[in-house]
Formats: sequence, structure tokens, C-alpha cells
Amino acid sequence: MNFQPTEDQQLFARTVRELLEKECPPEAARRGFSKERWEELLEMGVVDMLASGMTEIDMVPILEEAGRAALPEPLIEASIVAGEALNGVVTAAVGTRYAANADVADVIILEKHGALYSLQREDVTLQPIDTIDAPRPLFLITGGHDRGTRLETDTGLALLRGSLGASAELLGLAARCIEMAADYAKERHQFGKPIGSFQAVKHKLADALLQLEFARPVVYRAAWSLSRGDKTMERDVSMAKAMAGDAGAGAGKAALQTLGAIGYTQEHDLHVWMKRIWALNAAWGNPDEHRARVASAVIA
Amino acid sequence: MDLAFTAQEQAFRDECASWFAANPPGRLDSMDTPDGFEQHRSWERRLHDAGWSAVNWPRAFGGRDATLIEWLIFEEEYYRAGAPRRLNQNGLFLLAPTLLEFGTEEQKLRHLPKIASCDEIWCQGWSEPDAGSDLASLTSRATRDGNEWVLRGQKTWASRGVYADWMFGLFRSDPESERHRGLSYILVPLDTPGVTVRPIAQIDGEPGFAEVFLDDVRVPVANTLGPEGDGWKIAMSTAGFERGVVLRSPGRYMATADRLIELFKELGSPAALQDDVARAWMNADAYRLATFWAVSKLMQGGTIGAEASLNKLWWSEMDLHMHETAMRLLGEGATLDGPWLDGFVFSLAGPIYAGTNEIQRNIVAERVLGLPRS
Repeated sequence: MNFQPTEDQQLFARTVRELLEKECPPEAARRGFSKERWEELLEMGVVDMLASGMTEIDMVPILEEAGRAALPEPLIEASIVAGEALNGVVTAAVGTRYAANADVADVIILEKHGALYSLQREDVTLQPIDTIDAPRPLFLITGGHDRGTRLETDTGLALLRGSLGASAELLGLAARCIEMAADYAKERHQFGKPIGSFQAVKHKLADALLQLEFARPVVYRAAWSLSRGDKTMERDVSMAKAMAGDAGAGAGKAALQTLGAIGYTQEHDLHVWMKRIWALNAAWGNPDEHRARVASAVIA
Repeated sequence: MDLAFTAQEQAFRDECASWFAANPPGRLDSMDTPDGFEQHRSWERRLHDAGWSAVNWPRAFGGRDATLIEWLIFEEEYYRAGAPRRLNQNGLFLLAPTLLEFGTEEQKLRHLPKIASCDEIWCQGWSEPDAGSDLASLTSRATRDGNEWVLRGQKTWASRGVYADWMFGLFRSDPESERHRGLSYILVPLDTPGVTVRPIAQIDGEPGFAEVFLDDVRVPVANTLGPEGDGWKIAMSTAGFERGVVLRSPGRYMATADRLIELFKELGSPAALQDDVARAWMNADAYRLATFWAVSKLMQGGTIGAEASLNKLWWSEMDLHMHETAMRLLGEGATLDGPWLDGFVFSLAGPIYAGTNEIQRNIVAERVLGLPRS
């Protein structure tokens, strides 16, 4: 038993953080997909990690960093849902109705008759869907379903990996929301003091951190179960998605309340993170659906 | 990362489980009653004779040199077997880790074996009538007279103080000092002249608390734990252990969650409570994972600081939620005497003792998030 990420995993995550601090600052995260950034992620080996023999456990710290940066690119879909190396920008509508960033994708993965197929973007018809998370636009695939090449990746596994990937990103998104709120609470003065000196603010942010810190080991355990194909892997992934989702939603809400009116604008960056939390919470099954799955597994 | 137990850890678990199968604890009366106290003491002696009392301590002091992971495994098997809360938990989980870190060899050899065997029961002498959450405002004094301390003042809310033989206390040893400075951590035999112990009935009617009056109580200066005047630092290390991993191991909450699921099914699986039952199990399992996470960090040479406060918030609020869920499941049976009611009443104390949850949230906000002190 040794339940900590390895030094290599931590080091790689730090390298990804440094890249994203440079290449995906908040103003870039607001703008949405960037081909240049995608190429950098590819070059760093982040996109093809599973395909090149790494495990779901290696992916979690990387996707946490993607969440921290509110990375707009379809990294979950390309890296962990696809699970094999495909050329170009890859997205997927597997376990979700909508394919994120499908307008800029070269390849779109779909589920048909219990198997996964990769389709070329020019072979399908896309219908843009209006969504609140503008940097990560969603599309319905309305035509071209009959095309495509069958993938090796198991459909059930791809679904679980999508949920796990979203859980990991939610951890990073939540962490960044709490940081933004704590930074603001140190700077913002009312009644002659920083608002962070008031217990009503302290306790709200402490609670948000509590939910986050107890969700993180749960997400890593899900990655561990998935990497070994354990018989509890479905339960463990559902528990991760439920707890990371609740932690994300709670962190966003606590941060908004701490920031007050400025948090309710597009002038501050918080809204970008909150909206991504809502989007990832709704995708691949929301916390209620996943908690119900855990209930069936443990109460049966 | 490797979440699998090693062959050695698995063998340790098997050994624990077979011992508990052969030595079922049975259901004991409340440890705060005279009969219950003796029942608990005799259970503790059985544990000690078989070498299970303090598995992670060095052998020289009554342990078996188990790793922290093995200790967690022991705890899981202990509570899975339905065994009771530990009678000498203040000694085992609060004082002992502090002694191991700050005590002299002489102090360790003198006290640890008797804590493990339950021959000497310990209580905590920190809170005072006017110093609870604001512990640093305590006023009980230790005045130096040659090789002795002369102790004067009043301690309160000392759990199991009525049955205790010793008290570890915090005293102001420098009369010129204020707040966190000038306090000393002193070990006090409660049979010393000048000590008066008055029982206080807890919410269940049993004398679970005591007030301890100290009226010119003379104890050797050698009973000081750590350097004179450094009591606050040493006490906070005890508090770290207390809130951190040691006082409330996950095994106990996993056992409660499993029993809650059984209760839910026995009562016909009422749909309205399924979500709470699932949350209870998830919270307990998450606590178990977070504990393995923290212990792995410790075993790699890391430390646990203010994060310990997050643990205390989690276990205390989880325990209360699980028992509240049981009370809701039981309907009209909720207020009838039984183990769920006992557990519910005990769980209500969790957010209060070991530092109130309000104080823990302040600590998290100030020391982990860096928010300014008020």
C-alpha cells in the first residue's frame, strides 16, 4: 500500500502546469480552442499518454492541471476516451450527447451498436448547440452516422474513462476557484479589514476546501481500479464523479459568494471556471446519477 | 501508486481477523459506569495480553512495531468485529504519540507500557471554565519550588477523569507570560494531595466528564513533557495527532456505514433515505482513502500540519450525519434505548471536542488558505 502519486507523476504534472500557465492564461482560456496549444500538448506527449502505454493513474494529475487552467481543448476526449492514437484533433460524443469542439476536430468518435467508431469531420453534419460554456462549444452530430472506422477501445471502458477524466478536471477547476476566492478575500477590504478575516467567509472557503481534499483520493482510487480492471471499477468511478462534481459545484458557489457582484460579471475570470464546472458536472452523468449507481452497488 | 495490500499486510489482517473471531468482545455497558468501566478494562487487558493494544508502538513499550498501514488494518478489523471504543484513548492516541516525539527515554519507559496495558488511565487537563476554544487564555498555574512544580487552578471537561489515574495538563509556568508563551506540559498523578476530582453527568446521565481542582499540588519537575515553557507547541502536536489520523481511524466509520446499510435494508429500504445512506457509505469510504493517502505521505517522510483540521471536520460531521440518518430510519423507535441512540448521542459531541469545528474551520482558512487572522 502506497497511496500517493509517484515523483514522476508529480513532476510531469508540474511541467504541464508550467506550460499551461504560459500557454493558457485566463484570457486565452476565455478565447477557446487554439491549434497552437493543441500542438504543444501533443508534443509534450499529453494527448497520446494512454495510447503510449501510460495508465489512467498517470492521466489524473495531468487532467487536474487542465482543469486548473480551464483548458478549452478536448483533452479528456482525445487522451482518455479515445484511448488510442488518432491523427489530428480528436473529440468524442461517447457517454455524452454532444461532441465538444467538434467544429475544429479532425476526428470525431461516436458510439454505434455498442462499439466505437472514428469519423472524419467532413463526413458528418454538425449542429451547433448554444451553451453557457462558450470556450468549449458543443455540437450534435445530425448526419453521417453510417460512416466511420471501428476502434479497438471498449465502449464501456471509454464511458468510465470519460467520467474519470471529467472528475480529474473538476478537481483542478475547484482548486482554482478556491484560490481565486482566497486571493480576493485577502485583498478586498470592507469595514476596514480584509473580508477574509471574517469567519463567515473563512468557514465557507474551508468547507469548499474540505469537499475538494476528500474528493481527490477518491478520484485517484477510481483511476487505480480502472487501470487494473477491478470488479469495483464502475462503483469507484461513479463515486469519483459524484464527489468531484459536488466539490466543483460547491467551490464555484463559495467563490462566487466570496467575490460578490464582481464574481457575477464577465470582467472577473471566475465565471469561466464556474461554467466549465457546470458543463463537466452535467456531462458523463451528473452527481445524482452517479450517487444512485453507488447506492445500487453498495446497498444491493 | 499501489493501493493493493502487500502479502505481509494481508497476513497481518488475517491474524487480526482470526484473533477477533476467537475473542469476540461482546456488548459492554457504558465505560462511564463503574461496572462498564471494569468490563472495558478487562477487554483492554485481553487485547494487551495478545499484543493488540498498541500495535504500531515499539515492542519495548508494549507494541508490535507495526507500520501505520498495519495499524489502520488493525483498526478496520477491530471495529468490524464490533469491538468498543478504547478505554484509554486519551493515553493511547493523544499522550503516547506526544511522549514518543518529545518524551525522555525515562518518561517513555515509565508511562507507555502502563498506557498499553490500561493499568493507568489518562485524562486530558486542557480546558478550563474560562478557556475552551480560546485555550491560550488558560490561567491554571505551575510555580517552581526547587525540584517541584506547585500546581494551582481548575481543569474541566476531562473525559473519563472520574476513573483516571493520571492527567496530562497545560499550565502557565511563567507568570509574566501571555497567551501561547510560558505554558508547560505537565504530567500529574491524580492521587497527589491537593487534587479533587468532581464528576459531571454528561447528557446521557453518566459521569463521563470530570472537573479537576488543583490546590497546591506538588509534582516533580521531571514530570514536564518537553522543555519548560514550550507547552503550547507540544500541546498543538498532540492536537495534530488527535485531529489527524490517530484518534479516529476510518475502520470505525466503515463499520458504522456497513451497519447503517443493514439497518436500511432491514427497515424495507425506504426510498426517501437511500441518498443519505449512499452518502454515508461514500463519506466513510472517502475518509478511509484520505487516511491511506495521508499515512502514505507520512511514511514517505512527509508531514501533516493544519490539514489535520480537515480530517477532524470530516469525521465528526460524517459520524453525526450517519447517526442522524439512522435516527430518521428508525422513526418512532429512534428515542428507544439501543446502540444507534447511544451512537447518535456520542456523535453529537464530535463537532465539539478536540477543538470545536468552528476553530478547525478558522485553522483551515488561516493556515491552509492563508486568510488573515481576525
